[in-house]
Amino acid sequence: MLTRDFIKLAIGSVWAHRMRSFLTALGIAVGIASVILLTSIGEGIHRFVLAEFTQFGTNLIAVTPGKASTLGMSGAVVSNVRPLSMDDAEALKRLPRVLDVVPVVQGNAAIEAGHRSRRTMVLGVGPAVPKVWLMKPSVGRFLPDDDPRHARPFVVLGSKVRSELFATTNPLGKRIRIGSESYRVVGVMESKGQMLGFDLDDAVYIPAQKAMSMFNRESVMEVDLLYAPDTDSEELSKQVKQLLTSRHGSEDFTIITQDQMLETLGSILNILTLAVGALGAISLLVGGIGILTIMTIAITERTPEIGLLRAVGAKRTEILTLFIGEAIVLASIGGIAGLILGAGGAWLLGVAVPALPTHTPWSYAIAAELVAAGIGLAAGVAPAYKAANMDPVEALRTE
Amino acid sequence: MIKLEGISREFQVGDETVHALNQVDLQLTRGDYYSIMGPSGSGKSTLLNILGLLDRPNAGRYWLDDIDTTSLAEEQRAKVRRNKIGFVFQAFHLVPRLTAAENVELPMTLAGIDPHERKQRVHSALEPLGLLDRANHRPDQLSGGQRQRVAIARATIMQPTILLADEPTGNLDKASSRDVIETLELLNSKGLILLVVTHDPEIGRRAKHSIRMEDGAIIDTSGNRP
Ligand SMILES: Nc1ncnc2c1ncn2[C@@H]1O[C@H](COP(=O)(O)OP(=O)(O)OP(=O)(O)O)[C@@H](O)[C@H]1O
Ligand SMILES: [Mg+2]
Repeated sequence: MLTRDFIKLAIGSVWAHRMRSFLTALGIAVGIASVILLTSIGEGIHRFVLAEFTQFGTNLIAVTPGKASTLGMSGAVVSNVRPLSMDDAEALKRLPRVLDVVPVVQGNAAIEAGHRSRRTMVLGVGPAVPKVWLMKPSVGRFLPDDDPRHARPFVVLGSKVRSELFATTNPLGKRIRIGSESYRVVGVMESKGQMLGFDLDDAVYIPAQKAMSMFNRESVMEVDLLYAPDTDSEELSKQVKQLLTSRHGSEDFTIITQDQMLETLGSILNILTLAVGALGAISLLVGGIGILTIMTIAITERTPEIGLLRAVGAKRTEILTLFIGEAIVLASIGGIAGLILGAGGAWLLGVAVPALPTHTPWSYAIAAELVAAGIGLAAGVAPAYKAANMDPVEALRTE
Repeated sequence: MIKLEGISREFQVGDETVHALNQVDLQLTRGDYYSIMGPSGSGKSTLLNILGLLDRPNAGRYWLDDIDTTSLAEEQRAKVRRNKIGFVFQAFHLVPRLTAAENVELPMTLAGIDPHERKQRVHSALEPLGLLDRANHRPDQLSGGQRQRVAIARATIMQPTILLADEPTGNLDKASSRDVIETLELLNSKGLILLVVTHDPEIGRRAKHSIRMEDGAIIDTSGNRP
């Protein structure tokens, strides 16, 4: 038999029972649509979270004091931990392939400008923030490259702090009070939005040394390293470890490389996507059972036709492929409909709820179609075998 | 052309054995016209099914155009059915969703014959039967006689050696029966062996040879006047 005749016959018998075929295909369509919709949401969230984490750059290593021990306790509560100092940060900066470092001290303080005041997050940092965290000032400039021990009292405002304290007037050159000291505004950061609960726009940036004395600290809370592209981050984190271990006498700090973190995060998010996809797959299974049922009914109904086909010379293998073909046609139609429904639904959802990101990768769409055809094949095999093994004389006698 | 030797067919019903055919010998000559008559249950349909390679005998040998069919595997038998055997059934057995033309085309479709050639052959098969204007009708839009003549066109489209008709007029009125028998005879006159099972003595007498069966055996083969 010619392939196109085969396809024509298979589609012809699906079309002959339009209503029934439509409902059967609908079962598969719903299954495929829910798999695609759910994985689209999963994949969208995956990308969204990764983008959140990579907006500060990917070539980062963060060093924090204290060893995250197997007890799950932060080293900060263990007394003999030597904290990270500004000198440690300076030493890290001198490592090969390290482009720059940002020491971080964080706290909350009241800020006053004229008669307005506000309590916000205060970030004590170094001048390398724009380079290391990939965030630029939109007005003015960032903190100048002063001697870290004698940095001048300059402040850079987050965009929200600026609008709260200065509204539309130009804040550059103005003096504000943070805690008990007076600072001069040298810049305003561009808006960054929320990041895992931190509103980086509702913050002010001052030199790390100033923040340490403001919060009565001897040490910094974190040092972020930016390394040159194409650096082996594992190798570099080994060097960081060696350097700090020799300075502190023991390993009383934790090193987290950004790619390590992204990898862990990525695999967690992949499991999430897989889990929601599996939920959708249950409805796909139900759709497959629908095809199995309809094919079984069709073969009982068409028993005389099967006998006739045998009488006019159809081989058993041809009967087999014809009925499997019908099941695949049914499932594939459902698959295409489900693809349109699922991808369309994901797109609509993305438009209607911009906060919920969706993304439908092509590979998913193709995989979904193959899965649909595979389900048709699996559901069609048993009934088709029954058809192929019928006794033609018996089949012709059936009414 | 066709030769049966000691053909037996038994059916097991419970613990009883039904001898549907008992040591049947038969020889059919190319281009001849045969009728088979006999009481119900005498084995006429069983014989036809064996001749048509739809059923296998329990014993005996069957040669069709010098092929010893008893040794053929199922898929080879399918090929012989397609090329050498035509069936006409009492219940027509047209595929309901296909048009008359597509039903006639079906054996050629299965054989993988080029669609262009198929169209031509369907045309020249339907024309002498006066069915050209019905070519695109579905079976449920045709009368019983027309349906049976479409079935006959389908049975002969592959130019078989033998045409087997099991009570082809059983579901038809007298006028349609006549049309159908005349159609069969027209095709027989072009050289194929025609074998008609019938309960109608009038039809039975039209054949060149009348075969009488009883209890699974052929009891009489007589020539009728031409
Ligand atoms: N599949 C079967 N199982 C059991 N017995 C069968 C089977 N097929 C036929 N028989 C028996 O074989 C015998 C011959 O049957 P067959 O159908 O050949 O008769 P027939 O001459 O065609 O009768 P009719 O004129 O009623 O069509 C009958 O006794 C029938 O009961
Ligand atoms: Mg019979």
